[in-house]
Amino acid sequence: MELVTIILSGILIASATYLILSKSVLRIIIGISILSHGVHLMILTMGQLKRGNVPVLDDSVSTYTDPLPQALILTAIVISFALTSFSLILLLRNYKELGTDNTEDMKGVPHGD
Amino acid sequence: MATNILPMLPIILPFFAGVIMLFMGKRPIPHRIVSAITSALMVGISAYSIYYVYKNGAMVTFISNWSAPFGISVVYDMVAALLVLTTSIILFFTVVYSFQSIGYEREKYYYYPMVMFMITGIIGAFTTGDIFNMFVFFEVFLLASYVLITLGNRKIQLQEGFKYFVVNVVSSNFFLIGLAYLYSITGSLNMADIQIKLSNYDGNLAVMTLVAVVFIFVFATKAGLFPLYFWMPGSYNAPPIPIIALFGALLTKVGIYAIARTFSLFFQHDVGYTHQVLLLLALLTIIVGCIGALAYTDMKMVIIYNIMIAVGVIVVGFAMMDEVGSIGAMYYLIHDMIIKGALFLLVGFIIYRTGKNNSEDIGGLINSHPVVGWTFFIAALSLAGVPPLPGFYGKLFIVESAFLNDHVIAAIIVLLSSLIVLFSIMKLFINVFFREPREGLELRDIKSDKLLFSAVGLVVVSIVFGLSADFLYPVFEMAAESFFDPSSYSNYLMEVE
Repeated sequence: MELVTIILSGILIASATYLILSKSVLRIIIGISILSHGVHLMILTMGQLKRGNVPVLDDSVSTYTDPLPQALILTAIVISFALTSFSLILLLRNYKELGTDNTEDMKGVPHGD
Repeated sequence: MATNILPMLPIILPFFAGVIMLFMGKRPIPHRIVSAITSALMVGISAYSIYYVYKNGAMVTFISNWSAPFGISVVYDMVAALLVLTTSIILFFTVVYSFQSIGYEREKYYYYPMVMFMITGIIGAFTTGDIFNMFVFFEVFLLASYVLITLGNRKIQLQEGFKYFVVNVVSSNFFLIGLAYLYSITGSLNMADIQIKLSNYDGNLAVMTLVAVVFIFVFATKAGLFPLYFWMPGSYNAPPIPIIALFGALLTKVGIYAIARTFSLFFQHDVGYTHQVLLLLALLTIIVGCIGALAYTDMKMVIIYNIMIAVGVIVVGFAMMDEVGSIGAMYYLIHDMIIKGALFLLVGFIIYRTGKNNSEDIGGLINSHPVVGWTFFIAALSLAGVPPLPGFYGKLFIVESAFLNDHVIAAIIVLLSSLIVLFSIMKLFINVFFREPREGLELRDIKSDKLLFSAVGLVVVSIVFGLSADFLYPVFEMAAESFFDPSSYSNYLMEVE
């Protein structure tokens, strides 16, 4: 089970890399959110995927599931949500002010500034 | 167990100040008052904290009284105390500087709250004892810095802000990957706990080298180390001067702090590899920074490349991981935060007064601004490391440590870099203040009393810092201890158990 999720997160990160290397700003933003999904999946796997155990450590419990990775992912998801919404606004402003969403045209200092 | 609130105050104060300002609405004058009062209060509190930590040792607060390895703890040791005081001083002067320079529109659109949120994140990253919490605080100050770099909607800001955003988001995701590896190896997130677990573990720790490389990638991107500095000159050139001063003085230094903290606590099993990589990158950073500083005549660019040189010098000191090197690096880190802030503020005054960025378009300013001229001269000497100004002591210890550890080439590169720093900054000084004025140079009529107050104030702080080096030595010795002797950092866990 761990192997499958690791491969899945690898595929996600690979496709995110492809998207981030493209020239369109919107694709880069989609790439960033896919990258964060891949990373979150990897954190989940690092806590070991055990099913059917309680996430509470008690004297009477011998096997338990580690709840910490879920807590970490929750925090990371909230952060990546904020980043994605900010980046979409930034894309909109960029498109209105610079008149392009191609990163090739975003080199150097624009004239008249 | 009573919770000690003192370590939390420098995080809580700017956060609540920011929230209060958000509720005030778009009213710049109350924003100015609140942010100036908050930053002055923070200077007072953090100065008292240094005294307290010096007398009583590191302060530790367990959030919600969850005991140490399980909950989040705030560890306010001497390193954090010194960095928080420096951050507060720079914040105070930059806020006062902003009154007359940032512009009414930016003030109206929540400039001060964003600065306060950024400071919350920076101070949180300095003081937290939990590695995941450090990631969260990194995101807090990065998110605020994305807003600050694009605030004002100038074309260059939007364009460079987007690059800055993408680079930092990708490196933050790698931070998470590194954390996931670290968690799967150690099963803990508390930095002191990880240090104890790793030092008691006698199995094969080869995989920790992988974590070290991921962490180098992450923090080198934030700090602007050699192959990953590419975003820095462009992005730091875009926003207005007070924002550049905050970025240049504080943001890169958080990356350096994180490198020093993680590499002293976690990566002690294969020092021959990880710290050599760090040293090599630091030296390459110095060389690239020197090339950039020599190549430009644009005042902002010269100082931005000087940031890179300083980053390299500090990381050389931390890569030695001995007592002398750590003291030197710690001292140079504090010195560089102050002097980079001062230089940006001084250069900002010249830019606002003349309307030119390029030092070759200006000349003869010494006639109209003798005080600024000589302050700039002192700041330049301090940057290059002329005794008794503070740059000298830091470099002295770093070079001494490099010689002690048989890294003669590293020592020579650090020494030569001082000459190039001096040359590049003197080139600015002579161009701006001493040549014949260029034709068509008109001085703008601006209100500048607060600009000069902040710029000269920071230079005075730097001079005092240099003159009191002998008096401050025990403080820095105490700070450096947690780097060359990591078990002293994790002592507080022993006391809990």
